Amino acid sequence: MINRDNIVIRTDQLTKSFGDFTAVDHISFSVEKGEIFGFLGANGAGKTTAMRMLCGLSKPTSGEGFVAGYNIRTQARQIRKNIGYMSQKFSLYEDLKVWENIRLFGGIYGLKEDAIREKTEVLLDKLGMTQQRERLVKTLPLGWKQKLAFSVAIFHEPKIVFLDEPTGGVDPTARREFWEMIYDTADKGITVFVTTHYMDEAEYCDRVSIMVDGRIDALDTPRRLKQTFKAESMDSVFTALAETSTRQSE
Amino acid sequence: MLKYLLEKEFKQLMRNPFMPKLIMFFPLMAMLLFPWAATMTIKNVNIAIVDNSHSTVSQQLTEKIISTGYFKPASFPNSYDKALESVTYGKADVILEIPSDFEENLTKTGVSSIMISANSVDGTKGSLASSYLVSIVSDFATSIQESRSATIQSSMIDIKPYFKFNPGMDYKVFMIPALIVMLLTIICGFLPSLNIVSEKEVGTIEQINVTPISKLMFIAGKLIPYWIIGIIVISIAFAVAYFVYGLAPAGDILSVYLLSFIYILVVSDIGLIISNYSSTMQQAMFVMFFFILILILMSGLFTPVGSMPDWAQWIARFNPLKYFIIIMRSIYLKGSRLSDLLPEIYALLGFFAVFTTWAIASYRKRT
Repeated sequence: MINRDNIVIRTDQLTKSFGDFTAVDHISFSVEKGEIFGFLGANGAGKTTAMRMLCGLSKPTSGEGFVAGYNIRTQARQIRKNIGYMSQKFSLYEDLKVWENIRLFGGIYGLKEDAIREKTEVLLDKLGMTQQRERLVKTLPLGWKQKLAFSVAIFHEPKIVFLDEPTGGVDPTARREFWEMIYDTADKGITVFVTTHYMDEAEYCDRVSIMVDGRIDALDTPRRLKQTFKAESMDSVFTALAETSTRQSE
Repeated sequence: MLKYLLEKEFKQLMRNPFMPKLIMFFPLMAMLLFPWAATMTIKNVNIAIVDNSHSTVSQQLTEKIISTGYFKPASFPNSYDKALESVTYGKADVILEIPSDFEENLTKTGVSSIMISANSVDGTKGSLASSYLVSIVSDFATSIQESRSATIQSSMIDIKPYFKFNPGMDYKVFMIPALIVMLLTIICGFLPSLNIVSEKEVGTIEQINVTPISKLMFIAGKLIPYWIIGIIVISIAFAVAYFVYGLAPAGDILSVYLLSFIYILVVSDIGLIISNYSSTMQQAMFVMFFFILILILMSGLFTPVGSMPDWAQWIARFNPLKYFIIIMRSIYLKGSRLSDLLPEIYALLGFFAVFTTWAIASYRKRT
């Protein structure tokens, strides 16, 4: 089961409220090093809010959380050095070229000029985007943008990478390629924390948690979840749980 | 790290289809147009002359008034009420009523009265127009007296004011240094106020916020580009002031630059602070507009701060624009040296320290 020494994310009763609304309601869970951890939930279930707290973008209302061994309340700066993040909304600079975006974030994370140059070549080659290096990012197709954003998020070789609905809106081929990148990343020992609402993607995760109305209602390997809920697929598991929701999704 | 941020800001700026043009043409156009518009010399005031006298003298007076070029005859109504009507309809700004016994009184006693009424809806225009008219009429009266008696009693004391530092009392000379300040305030205030908030709107700020970059670095990366833009803007403005209006600073141009460097940072800080607190570009723009309007109106640019009510003067003390306008006018027109302007320089440095700290503190990576 879970090896205590290997835990890279741990939360204890982590909560975030906006006024009367409790977006994330006392969640407690742990993620192990090198895992692909699927963070599932319907729209408005609180996935993004929880992830933003873990990334140091949002302050918890109550409860505790530790990422890469650092407290999310007091050591946000330490955490930021050790994580990569890809937001739901594409957030690279559209008016910069492909190589310029890579260079900018490499520089911000303190990589040396030479290292940036070398790694950029390797990366572009691996992505098959060497021809596109001089293109403005806004002219790229969405699938390529997503792959680039993911690559930029792990360019500085973080311990954990957070991906917020990384495959939203891209075609099945691009999604499969994206998941290949996720596997490669996990193989390198980088923990992948990924939210999604594609249930077939949930099957690819090592472990999956399902959020309903701000709470984590289920957390296990996809195989065991299917057994527990006596379901054929993750989709049925998810539907069974989502039906218990009382929250209006937008 | 800063290097990469600056590279990014400049690349974005240069790729923007509009920004580089704005930075070049706005100062150029503003410097070519504003000085002519911001003048207090009033010309072509529409005058309604009610001549009840119909005499040679009243004819001469009318001609003199019109020949000055300040007044344009709008109508010659036959009664004061009719004249007032033309003011109501906006056809005339000033009424001059000449009484029927004008010439008679003038020849008999040497004294006569006329009535001047000015429309004060536009206060400046009204008061300036009536004072012009008074001086034209009294000039006319003097010349009549002189021709009547050879004695020159009336002009025994001749007051000729000498306007120091701006001998021609040229409004353009007085306004240009202040207009340069206004230009800097608008460009170096508005552009940064839209910058951070636009990154919030597109979402790119998220990607920056998850990086370990420090607040100081981030703000420095935003501030320095506007500093350089500001230097370009004032250089264009100085060049236009010199080549078009022949106005060079009486003092040291280096002092002008040195203090502009501080001032640009002060206004850009204000812009960044507003951007940090705003969540949409629209919001940032309106808030900035509100502040710029107050800053400009309470700066002494158009009306002297000394004649504002006490409470307004008290507020103006917190207006960096006020100090910089004093600095610019003093160096440009009087040739003041840095040592003459210490209180203003200290004030600017104070604003710089406070606003920069505020800009850094108000940038929040975490909500």
